[in-house]
Amino acid sequence: MRRDRLQPHRVGLIAVALGVMVWAGLTMRWDWIPRYAELGAQGLWRTLWLLALSLLIGFSMALPLGLAQAAGPFWLAAPARWFCTLIRGTPLLLQIWLIYYGLGSLFPQYPWIRQSELWPYLRQAWPYALLALSLSYAGYEGEVMRGAFKSVPHGQLEAARAYGLSRFAVFRRIWLPQALARALPTLGGETVLQLKATPLVATITVIDIYAVASRVRQDTFVIYEPLLLLALIYLIIAGLIALGFRWLERRFTRGLA
Amino acid sequence: MLDWLYSVWPGLESSVTLLSLEPPGWGGNLLRGAANSLIIALGAFAVGCFIGTLGALGKLGGGPVTRDLLAVYTTVVRAVPELILILLLYYAGTDLLNQFLQLLGQRPIEISGLAAGIGVLGIVQGAYATEVLRGAIQSVPRGQLEAARAYGMGPVQTFRRVTFPAMLPLALPGLSNLWLIATKDTALLAIVGFSELTLETRQAAGSTRAYFTFFLAAGALYLLMTLLSGRLFGWLETRFRRGQAGARA
Repeated sequence: MRRDRLQPHRVGLIAVALGVMVWAGLTMRWDWIPRYAELGAQGLWRTLWLLALSLLIGFSMALPLGLAQAAGPFWLAAPARWFCTLIRGTPLLLQIWLIYYGLGSLFPQYPWIRQSELWPYLRQAWPYALLALSLSYAGYEGEVMRGAFKSVPHGQLEAARAYGLSRFAVFRRIWLPQALARALPTLGGETVLQLKATPLVATITVIDIYAVASRVRQDTFVIYEPLLLLALIYLIIAGLIALGFRWLERRFTRGLA
Repeated sequence: MLDWLYSVWPGLESSVTLLSLEPPGWGGNLLRGAANSLIIALGAFAVGCFIGTLGALGKLGGGPVTRDLLAVYTTVVRAVPELILILLLYYAGTDLLNQFLQLLGQRPIEISGLAAGIGVLGIVQGAYATEVLRGAIQSVPRGQLEAARAYGMGPVQTFRRVTFPAMLPLALPGLSNLWLIATKDTALLAIVGFSELTLETRQAAGSTRAYFTFFLAAGALYLLMTLLSGRLFGWLETRFRRGQAGARA
């Protein structure tokens, strides 16, 4: 296995890649890094928790959305389908701007909102970013979960009912685990897409890692270096997500036909 | 009728005036933006399909170095946010082109936003298209290719008459997805200042303060594009799937 990977041409390619990296390290300008390290760490942290929270909220919305479409009555299935179509049919950037500028300009008109406890949060940008990202993930994953719920063989659900399991127990112990196992490879890809969507929040003044890099570019007039470092950071996060999902897949697809 | 509607829905009249096509309204700007978005999406999709075909053939039939380089291309492009790729390729592309022109003794030129947008989104689309087409080509039964060889067809003829028509129905769902991504990714060009639908919308909304009216109108335009193209791809799929027994993706 290990020997397969180290074919002679790969050694050559890796040497070339290392050469390019050393050349980039020596000839390009990296002196701005220490000055912006702290801001960068804060930005990275903000990117990561926006990603994690939006995945969590979005996925907990996607489950009912998928279930409603796969097995719900018409009056639940139709709105769920419409929600997914709307989200998937319009650009996320437009959704973010609609929520931030639209809701953001609507809320201050109502005195009771301005006097409420939530107002200090609603004046900041990140709640709108989180809402937009969560709704977007919910829309895409609702569609994925619809397919996953439908792909579980109906006979298994009937068998579980025949064993006397309650409807909730059937859902929790048979339907949901199998649907999740089937959806995992798609969800992994979608999660990387969600990571790639997070820099859009920089357009509504949330200072994530992308916004920090833009600021470096504006302050120092160094163009390529911050972008390259940023690309590397996203590459690493995407790699970690892919590894995490591979581990989840190995763990949860055991014994699945 | 209209007067009655205006009386029950007070905001409607102002929205209609704002969206009208003549200058006090911004409808014309929105439609021009939508046309720009559509042109970029079409161009990027075409470039992407071209790169994707070459990439898929390279991944399947190329030498070890070609395959590794293509793997790096598809991995990097699919893991780095489009926004960063757009900025990198836009600056680097302009820079490299101008340095090249300088070597030839020409004057530096300004790359139009349209060409840059098509080029950059095309490279992004190409990475995804490579994977879609590779999967589709791989699932063409080997027996069919061997039969084509046995009939004496060369590689080009085999691709044109056997591989391509047999893989098309398998590739269409993925390509249709890519097209939808292309239409939505055009919105990212708003950030580099290209006046496509999303940027036009934001300008209109910003100067009139009617955020909901314009963003919802633009959303409706995007939705119209995606729903219509969904129909078109559905029709294409049933058409090319005719007479193919195993072709069910």
